[in-house]
Amino acid sequence: MTKEDYKKLVKKHTPKEPKLRNIVVAFFVGGLIGFFGEFIIFMLQESFGMSKVIAATWTCLIIIGTASVLTAFGFFDNWVNKCKCGLIIPTTGFAHSVTGSALDYKKDGLITGLGANIFKLAGSVILYGVISAFILVIVRVVIGV
Amino acid sequence: MSSKKYKNVYLDDYFTIVGPLEKESHLKKYNLTMDDYYYKEKTFEQAEVKMQSDVVNNLKKNNSLNDSDIDLLVGGDLTNQIAVSSYNAKNYNIPFLGVYSACATFPEELILASNFVDCSGFKKVITVVSSHNLTAEKQFRYPVEYGAPRPHTSTFTTTGAIATLVGRKESKIKIESSTIGVAIDMDISDANHMGAVMAPAAASTLLRHLTDLKRDASYYDLILTGDLGCVGGKIFQDYLETNYGVHLKNYLDAGCELFLDSQETYAGGSGPACLPLVLFCKILTNKKYKKILIIGTGALHSTTFVNQKMSIPAIAHAVSLEVE
Repeated sequence: MTKEDYKKLVKKHTPKEPKLRNIVVAFFVGGLIGFFGEFIIFMLQESFGMSKVIAATWTCLIIIGTASVLTAFGFFDNWVNKCKCGLIIPTTGFAHSVTGSALDYKKDGLITGLGANIFKLAGSVILYGVISAFILVIVRVVIGV
Repeated sequence: MSSKKYKNVYLDDYFTIVGPLEKESHLKKYNLTMDDYYYKEKTFEQAEVKMQSDVVNNLKKNNSLNDSDIDLLVGGDLTNQIAVSSYNAKNYNIPFLGVYSACATFPEELILASNFVDCSGFKKVITVVSSHNLTAEKQFRYPVEYGAPRPHTSTFTTTGAIATLVGRKESKIKIESSTIGVAIDMDISDANHMGAVMAPAAASTLLRHLTDLKRDASYYDLILTGDLGCVGGKIFQDYLETNYGVHLKNYLDAGCELFLDSQETYAGGSGPACLPLVLFCKILTNKKYKKILIIGTGALHSTTFVNQKMSIPAIAHAVSLEVE
């Protein structure tokens, strides 16, 4: 049997992932987090008289903080698989990836463990986030918006 | 010929420990259980070392053995540099061989032990094998708490450790023969689909075993592969039938036999501890089968090579057991 034939045989037996269901679940869970974010922004603006930009920054911090605490309680461990990427794509996922790595490596030393591994997953997000922000700024300057 | 028949090699005794999820599974009659993944140690890695030393110490105690009575300790696990086995081995004054072939480690250890007993006049050899879900996740996948979404082909690393005593003293389990497999790569690089990676290796070793010893698959009451998983098991059977024209009637897969459906492990259990746990704590407790062929299957998976877009090679080793 050639390797190509074998791949066909494997495909025949591999269960199909319920992609549509996963997308719908992720859409609603992600949307729900976004809805909460908007609600917090609204509350901060109303209660503390913050400007929208300042309120959005605080909201980001609140969501990141909450997600990190939830990681420590093992919330994501059980829920990510159920909520699919709905929990991972928003800022909750970013915070969770950092705290998740930190928890894993905290016993391997502050420098060699925690320090070296804390951005194991989030490192890519930071690097490519910064690069794309840089490119977008250039685009913005060139277009002159 | 990579198959060998043994004259009088027996699996005298064994001792098992199972993890928190495994004790709620299909397994019965295990010796020790763990309440949590730390097992009263500071880290998961140290917990796995303690699991290994607990099973070895208890096996020694149950058989009233001192270090000097044992000619060889063979150990294996999934961590880098098989460090768990080494840190366990340093507790004893017993000559030590560390082995790695992922989830085919258990049969590889039995083959080594049996050969030393049969050919080199060793009297007693202890083999120990372990896997720990969270050390393995950390080693091969994401950080433990991350809980990334898993596809339905993925398996769940079994937490457990097993020590066996191999020697010449007649017992209920005879190690009758064995076959060493070849490493096979069918160009599958999906680390979440290990069943597809390992099925051709299992088929190759089975065929090699049957051809070398001039046997038919029906010679065995049970052919037990270790840990192709539920999906991999189907691929294995189909591959055997289409490629070699062999139809298996008496076939089970250890990975698929371990967990309950409600435990949501998807394609089943995996890890070096999976095959021996299912063998000792499920198959042998049934007392239904006399001639059993165990085929341990290991995906020789390295995250470095997979990141470099290389496919995953696989290995399978077979050991034939005759149970009274």
